[in-house]
Amino acid sequence: MGSGDCELHVLAVDDSSVDRAVIARILRNSKYRVTAVDSAERALEVLEMEPNVNMIITDYCMPEMNGYELLRRVKGSRDLREIPVVIMSSEYIPNRITRCMEEGAEDFLIKPVRPSDVSRLCGRLRN
Amino acid sequence: MDYVHLRRQAASLRKGLFDQGYLDEQFYQLEDLQDDASPNFVEEVVTLFFRDSARLMANIDQALDKCVKDFNKLDVYMQQLKGSCTSIGASRMKTECTAFRECCRDENIEGCMRSFQKIKREHSVLRQKLESYFQLLRQAGPVECATRPNK
Repeated sequence: MGSGDCELHVLAVDDSSVDRAVIARILRNSKYRVTAVDSAERALEVLEMEPNVNMIITDYCMPEMNGYELLRRVKGSRDLREIPVVIMSSEYIPNRITRCMEEGAEDFLIKPVRPSDVSRLCGRLRN
Repeated sequence: MDYVHLRRQAASLRKGLFDQGYLDEQFYQLEDLQDDASPNFVEEVVTLFFRDSARLMANIDQALDKCVKDFNKLDVYMQQLKGSCTSIGASRMKTECTAFRECCRDENIEGCMRSFQKIKREHSVLRQKLESYFQLLRQAGPVECATRPNK
């Protein structure tokens, strides 16, 4: 992870352009560098090319590969597994939350995500 | 041009959107994210919303037109639409999306169709009102940010 003085890089993944714009804005307002992509597949491409991602924040429900599958791929990769992965979902489904946390998710946020949610997460990152 | 009058009109329109239940607290959250670095953020997000929602509603229309109704697919589309409504605070639309999903769960096609007509009406009215609001804001100039109405 970056040192306290370096700009932290967050990869935001969401197929909804509205939600992508909102989460990117929240993160940028908190002075994070943001790469926002519209699919888990694209996220994996970015992770392959960009070595310095400090956190991934991903929607759960996405077509093709969902956020849970992305989480599993990240945690199953020797190169990527240390990157914290946060899941976002518009639905509160306890089994879904449990499954993600057991798979190694850093946190599970219910949408709409608020700046206070991101501050809390990123506070942990900086520490 | 009477900028004060335009700003008052914009503020009144905005207050009406909240008072009549078209928008909820989430819209305030979007306004709070807007700043000098991103002075048109709210309008940009609302534009994205109407672009995406029009596409989703076209998909739902097509799915409802099919002879064999795929309630799972209809529910997936509506879940996406509801998610977008939640993200911008489109409260009345969100309520109708919930009603539609309940009809999907009951495999009640008549209920789905009635609900979808309501969603289309709410979408059209919200679009009209927000377009008017942002047009007034543009005409009034960038100086003032409208204050929150008393709750």
